[in-house]
Parts: sequence; C-alpha cells; structure tokens
Amino acid sequence: MSNNYRIQGATGEWEVVIGLEVHAQVTSQSKLFSSAATEFGAEPNTQVSLIDAAMPGMLPVPNRECIRQAVRTGMAIEAEINRYSRFDRKNYFYADLPQGYQISQLYHPIVGEGQILLEADEKAGIPEDKVIGIERIHIEQDAGKLMHDQHPTMSYVDLNRCGVALMEIVSKPDMRSPAEAGAYVRKLRSILRYVGSCDGNMEQGSMRADVNVSVRKPGEEFGTRTETKNVNSVRFVMAVIEGEARRQIELIEDGGTVVQETRLYDPDRNETRSMRSKEDAHDYRYFPDPDLLPLELEESFLEECRASLPELPDAKRARYTGELGLTDYNAAVLTAEVETFARFETLLAETAKRLGKSGAAVATQVANWTLSVAPGVIKSLGEEAKLEHNTASANAAILEMADSGEISGGQAKEIYEIVLKTGRDPAEIADTEGLKQQSDTGAIEAEIDKVLAANQDKVEQYRSGKDKLFGFFVGHTMKAMQGKANPQVVNELLKAKLGPSPQ
Amino acid sequence: MMPKNADELTQLGVREIRDGVASGDFTAREIAEAFNAAVEQAASLNAFIVATPEKALEAADAVDDARASGKDLGPMAGVPIGMKDLFCTKGVQTTAASHILEGFVPQYESTVSQKLWDAGAGMLGKLNLDQFAMGSSNETSYFGNVTSPWRKTGSNADFVAGGSSGGSSASVAARICPAATGTDTGGSIRQPAAFTGIVGVKPTYGRCSRCGVVAFASSLDQAGPMARSVEDCAIMLRAMAGFDPKDSTSLDLPVPDWASALDADLRGKKVGIPREYRMDGTDPEILDSWERGKEWLRDAGAEIVDVSLPHTKYALPAYYIIAPAEASSNLARYDGVRYGLRDLPEGAGLQDMYAATRSEGFGDEVKRRILIGTYVLSAGFYDAYYNQAQKVRALVARDFEQVWNECDVILAPTTPTAAFSPGAQSDNPLAMYLNDVFAVPASLAGLPAMSVPAMLNGDGLPLGLQIVGKPFDEQGVMNAGLAIEQRAGFTAKPERWW
Repeated sequence: MSNNYRIQGATGEWEVVIGLEVHAQVTSQSKLFSSAATEFGAEPNTQVSLIDAAMPGMLPVPNRECIRQAVRTGMAIEAEINRYSRFDRKNYFYADLPQGYQISQLYHPIVGEGQILLEADEKAGIPEDKVIGIERIHIEQDAGKLMHDQHPTMSYVDLNRCGVALMEIVSKPDMRSPAEAGAYVRKLRSILRYVGSCDGNMEQGSMRADVNVSVRKPGEEFGTRTETKNVNSVRFVMAVIEGEARRQIELIEDGGTVVQETRLYDPDRNETRSMRSKEDAHDYRYFPDPDLLPLELEESFLEECRASLPELPDAKRARYTGELGLTDYNAAVLTAEVETFARFETLLAETAKRLGKSGAAVATQVANWTLSVAPGVIKSLGEEAKLEHNTASANAAILEMADSGEISGGQAKEIYEIVLKTGRDPAEIADTEGLKQQSDTGAIEAEIDKVLAANQDKVEQYRSGKDKLFGFFVGHTMKAMQGKANPQVVNELLKAKLGPSPQ
Repeated sequence: MMPKNADELTQLGVREIRDGVASGDFTAREIAEAFNAAVEQAASLNAFIVATPEKALEAADAVDDARASGKDLGPMAGVPIGMKDLFCTKGVQTTAASHILEGFVPQYESTVSQKLWDAGAGMLGKLNLDQFAMGSSNETSYFGNVTSPWRKTGSNADFVAGGSSGGSSASVAARICPAATGTDTGGSIRQPAAFTGIVGVKPTYGRCSRCGVVAFASSLDQAGPMARSVEDCAIMLRAMAGFDPKDSTSLDLPVPDWASALDADLRGKKVGIPREYRMDGTDPEILDSWERGKEWLRDAGAEIVDVSLPHTKYALPAYYIIAPAEASSNLARYDGVRYGLRDLPEGAGLQDMYAATRSEGFGDEVKRRILIGTYVLSAGFYDAYYNQAQKVRALVARDFEQVWNECDVILAPTTPTAAFSPGAQSDNPLAMYLNDVFAVPASLAGLPAMSVPAMLNGDGLPLGLQIVGKPFDEQGVMNAGLAIEQRAGFTAKPERWW
C-alpha cells in the first residue's frame, strides 16, 4: 500500500502534490563572494565588506569552501555533480540587495538530479519507504535584512547576511502528504548536518523552505500550484501544506480556480496570504554574471570532496542494525541527529576499549544507556545536572563497572547522578559512597547460610520442587546484604548451596 | 644638461621624465609643479573633473626623497599622470562623470591606480570622461564636455577629444599630462587616442585588474595606458598590469617587460589587412592613412596579407546589445541607498526614491543604455537579442582565431572619421555608435589592440591606425605600433590656444 493521504472534499477525495525548495545556509567562515564573516547574531552592519555593500568597482570572488560544501552535499544525496556550472545574475531592486541583483545559478547549477530516501515510519505517517527526487542544488547569495522598527518613518538595512552563501535544494513534486514533507525536511536537515555543509538551525534561518502545493483528484493531471515563501520550521511546513491544500480544494469546489502565485505564511494565524500573482511577478532578467568565470571542477577537487564525506545517515543506520545488532528503533533514534550518534559512537568506542570487547558486544548496553538511562537521570536532575561533567570517559567508567558486576544498575544511576552534580570520578564515588556490589563470596556465603538456617522449612519446600522459592532466598540474601551484593554471585552461591534445581 | 623651464618639462614623456629624475637632470617636484601649472592653465579644455596638485607634489617629494637616500626608484618614478575618473581613488572623489556619484569619495584604491602609485607615479587629478564611460565624444559627462586641444588649420572651432577617455586624450595631447590611464570597453582608449594624435593601448582582456574600476560592461572593460609614444605606453602598461586575486577575470600570467623588448624589425611577421574593414563611406583620407600604414609595415620587413574577418559587420550590433545588457545590471547598484546621490521626495517610499534618484542621477545616454540593456534581457527578448549577440560574439572571436593562422597582427583604421565638432552626432546615437565600428571587434574578442598616430588629414586633424594582435601578444602589437611610429614621423602637436 502506498501513501494514501487524502483530503475529503465536497466532491470527493483530493490528493496533495508537494515540492519543496529548501534554502540552506552554507557553513563557512566567510561569504560566497567576499571575505566578510558570517557569524549569526552580530551587531548590524559589522560583517559587511566593500563587495557586500556593492561599492563601485568591487568584484565578487568565489569562495572555494562554499563550492566545496555544495559539491559534498550533492554527493551526499547521490546527485550528479556538474563539472561545469556558472553564476547568473537575478536582477531586481530592493533595499536589502545592494548590487541590484542576486548572484545565483539559473542555467547551469552546480548539482543536478539526486534523491533522498524517506524510511517507512508508520507512526509518522510514512507507511513504506519512499524515494523523493531532487531536481537540482544551486548556490546563491543571501540578501540583507530590512528593519522597520528602528525609526518612525525610515527603514534601516542590515547587510550582515547579505552575500552569505545559500544552497537552494529543489525537490521534485514527489511528496503527497504533510507527513512526507515533514520527513523530507528532517531527513534533508540530517544529511546536511552529517555532511557539515549547513548547521540546519531553522530558528536562526539557516534553513527555510519555499513550499509548493497543488491539489488534484487522484490520477488526474497536476493542478496549479502556489508557492509559500520562507517557511522556517518542520511544523510550519506541514501546517502550510494542510492549510493551503484545504484552501485550494475549497476554492475549486466553490467553482473558483487556483492562481499561480507567491504566498506568505503567518504562523500566528496559521494561514497563508497572497504576496504577488504570476502577472505581477518580477522579470528577473537572468544572464550569466560577466564578473565571474564559469566554475570548472577538476577531478582531483571532486575526489577530495568525496573523500571528505562522512558515513551518511542511511549507511550508518544500516550498520547499526546489521553490524552492531541494534534494534531498528534504537538505530533510527541514534542516527537522526549528529550530536546523538556522535555521543553514542564516542561512548561505544571508549567502553569497548575499557572492556577489551568489540563494539558489537557492548553496543546494546551503550545504546540503552545513551537513549534511555542517561537521559532519564539528566531529566530527573533538571538544573542540578552540570552537563560539562557528562564526559564520555565518566560514562564509560560507569558502564565498565556495571558490565563487570562491580556495581548494579541502580548504583550506576546513583553514581551517574553524583558525577553530573559534582564531576567526581565514578570509581572514587563507588568506593567512597559505598555504591558497590558485594562480590566477596565469603561475606555473601555467610549471609546465605544465615538465611537458609533461618528458613529451613522453605529450603525443604524448594528441594521438594517448589523452585519458585529461589527468588525468596535471593531477596532475603540481598536484603541482608543491604542490596549491595552482586546478584549474579548471590545466584551462583545459592544454587550451589541449595543444590541443583529439582526439575 | 641645461636646466629646463616649465614649458620644456611638460613636453617630456614618461621615459624622459623617469630617466631625467633618476639621473638628476631635474627633480620630480619640478616636474610635478610644471604639470600642475599646465593643468591649471588648461581649464578651458575641461579635461579634469578634479585636480589634485597636492597628490602630485606628495608623490614627487617621495620620489625625490627616495632618490636622495639612494633607494631604488620605480618604473614610473617621478611621472605625474592623469587618472580617468572611472578609477576609484582613496580619499579623492570618484564620479564616473555622473551626478549620481558626485561627491562619492572611495575608502579604497583601484588595483591599477595603486600599482601606478607603487611604481612611483603621482596623480595630477581625476580626468573627465563620458558618463560611466558611455560615449564616443566626451559629451555625456555631467561635468561638461571635454574640448580637444586640436583645431582645424586656421579655425577657432572646437572639436571633440573622442570618448569615453576624452579627458585622458585631451590632456595627453595638450601636454598637461605626460600620460594618463584610460579604459576601453568598445574603443574608449583607441578612438580618443586616434582623435588626438596620441598612442593608446587596450591590452588583452584581463591583463589589468578591473577591481576598483567603476564597471560599465564587465566582460569588455579593460584599462590601458594613453601617452605620446609607444614606448611610454609599454612602460606604463607594465606598471598597470598583473594578476589580481580580487578580480576573478584577471589573467594569472607573468607581466613581460614590453618596453625593453620593443623591436620595430618586423621581418618574418605577417600583417593582415581585413577586407571587411573597407566599408562603404569610409573617409578617403582614412583609407589613405591605412595605405600608408601598410607601406610603413612593409618597410619594417613585414609581409602584408589580405585576410577576412567575415562576421565584422555583426560586431557593432552585438556590442550594442551585450554592453548595455551588462551595464543595465552593473548600474543597478546606484540606487540612492548606500552612497552617492539620494533623491527622497517628501513622503516617498522606496520605489519613489529609486525613480527620483536614478532619474536625477543618470544622464540621457546612460539611461538610453540602461533601457536598451533592460529590454534585451527581458523575458521573451533574451534569446532574440542577448543570446544571439553572444553567439555573434563567439563567431567574431572565432574569425580572429582563424585569421591568426595567416598573420601575426591586423592593421586597420582606428576610426571611420577624424574628430568631429561638438554636437555633430549628439542627436543621432546610431551615428555616434558607428565611431566604434573598427574598435569593437577586438573588444568582443578580448584581444590586445592599440591606436598609433599616422598623419594629419587635410584639415590638420590627427588620424590613427589600429593594430590588433593575438591574445596576450601586446608585444607584437606594440612592435608593429613602434614600426609605424618610427616611419610616420608624427610630430605634430596642437597649437596652444587654451
């Protein structure tokens, strides 16, 4: 069964067709064509070069790092990399665009067709795996920002963003539900963050989407689409699609027609409104930028880009379930975010090293710790948790003690709490705070003997077949040991003393 | 050597000044003072938008000090020059002869002007030009026309100094600058040089950095020297040229010492005479100068061969599509927002400000080209005009590539006529554009080309000959220019009336 997201209208079911153009800010120290810095949040107009301000006679010079990041991104989505590409000027007047044109790539983009896999996720509304086609990726300059709240009658211009490199990642109209669009944005963001070509920070505007939506009766031709600009969260992307699809359906069912237009999303009212129609769309007068030579990429450059690619989300996930034997769920959660897998892999390596075991041998333990135990403790501590103490070596030390039976699961949590609060050494905590399991067979044996002596009747019952009583002896021994006995040792000793299980 | 008076000093060219300063025949300051005075006395030519005598003196004093302390002197040491007001000069108003940039003082220096200052040159001032380098007669400047120092024999009527580098040509011809920078987009160095009897070199596209040069048409704009001898141009070009990481289109090639390698012996060289340049209606005296040019080059040992550049007649129309297209976009930055003129009517919004500022700030010719350029790039017209013109450009370039199998340089007239009277072509832009008909093909192909004085016509006005060479072969071009210079014996100079 393929995706069956349908909207029920007055005249029957409607299918939604979605394409996304995602603008992703390229991670680089300096802008696409100038050496000005790109840091977010700087004072207005402190990161502006003569080129960005379009001073007379100033010329753009391409930043190799931005080109490299776009190529690496293209490779990460299995796209065709165009050895020849070039920059075009998109001409229009606006106060946030000093040159009077944006340098972009219309005719010859740097990256051609590629694809992104959306894994099946029933809960998220993706019933089966689906491949979303990518049309192209091109590089372009960002514009500056107008500030309308600084002066009663004037608008101010901040050019800090002006000239920052963006990748425009254009999907094919392959998505059919808000869920797919949401999953697509999340997956794309994950890939960009793996590659390191964009920080994916949607709140700061590092990633924003233009959402193209049309509706049709299933099986019919594509309808007329609208484009909602600059949507800056996954939730809003999904909301725009739902709202816009419903608006179009109502319009059509009321006898109207959808006009091709650009719309703006208002998150406060959760609705889109028309910005401009196709009729008053700009004529951008694109033409090749004569200040810039065509980009011709050498094979050695491409090789360098390819070699620098990390393991990507799909491959990593497959390795986690295959090689490491993790569950699909754990693998999916661990690979979704760069920070998560990075923390996991560091801890896995550290733990495996300490224990002298293979990664696969400790992976499940480390995954459980990473995904459930540790976050639980951190959450329960709230403000008290000092995350700077949350080091891989501290975590690994705890896991090591737990693995060897030196401490129990409960003790591990307690030690972890103290580590997070104080940064003390886990082994020292275990010693000092008495948070260790008693594995001293002598001491345990002594207690067992007392327990057995005091419960002769139960011993008889056990030996005559009531094997469920084993738990009773374990419980009493543990209690006598104040919970600090190593349960494994207790089990072994009890078994030896009670004799083999009657069955 | 006898001490020279100011009049004698201003007759000197680049090499003579440099060598004279170096050998102590005179000081750089004496030179600067002489030229500063000449500039001041020549106000009626309107060649300068701003004079900077203090800059000239400052540079001269630095050279004199350096010499006194035995330091090495640069290749332009002690030579004061005029700087076309298209080059941004730090702390000195840079206008491109426009109202929209009136009062604009750059906080940066163009690469070419910086290289000249580094070579020891000083600045006499910022030279007038056609507004944004658009024009062929220096009649489109917001700061008024430049008048040529040349007059017809026995007449007091004014002539144009050519354009767009009209301030440069007039001032070099009038001996108020020993040399000046020019820029050439479709003939703006060569045509004014021809009109005023001086030498002007447009090097291969990319030889000189465009960084800091107010852009007209980026794929064509190229800076070059204007002086009174081939050797002076060769010396100055070397100081101007070189790879610049701040201009992606600049050539990453070593800069030869062209002056030292100048050689007028053309034995073994072939000079192509393109038959398509023999156009109907070309002034017979121009054709006569062309014939003489052939003779001179043959005399220098070259073989003269007939060649064909079949797409020549399409070059001018293609140029007048491509150059305005680029200009329409390049000039979009003059919007009143960040610098230059801002006309903000009471209660006006952003669009009103753009309209008012640009209406007020640009002259008619600039507006005409912005309109043409906007039109040819518009949806629905792009393929028919801009794309077609780019194809023509490729064909024009290919014509030259093929012709280099048959010859080493091409000889042609620089212009179809001698200088004309102010206003004579102002009402007919197409007639004005025809001034560039011989110059534009080399521009479209990005080739090195120069104009060298050939003779005076019957009215006593200079005529120039154009040499076009292979890419990067400025040497071949200037060698041929030198051969003509040596044989033409062009010593005429305008009689001083200003």
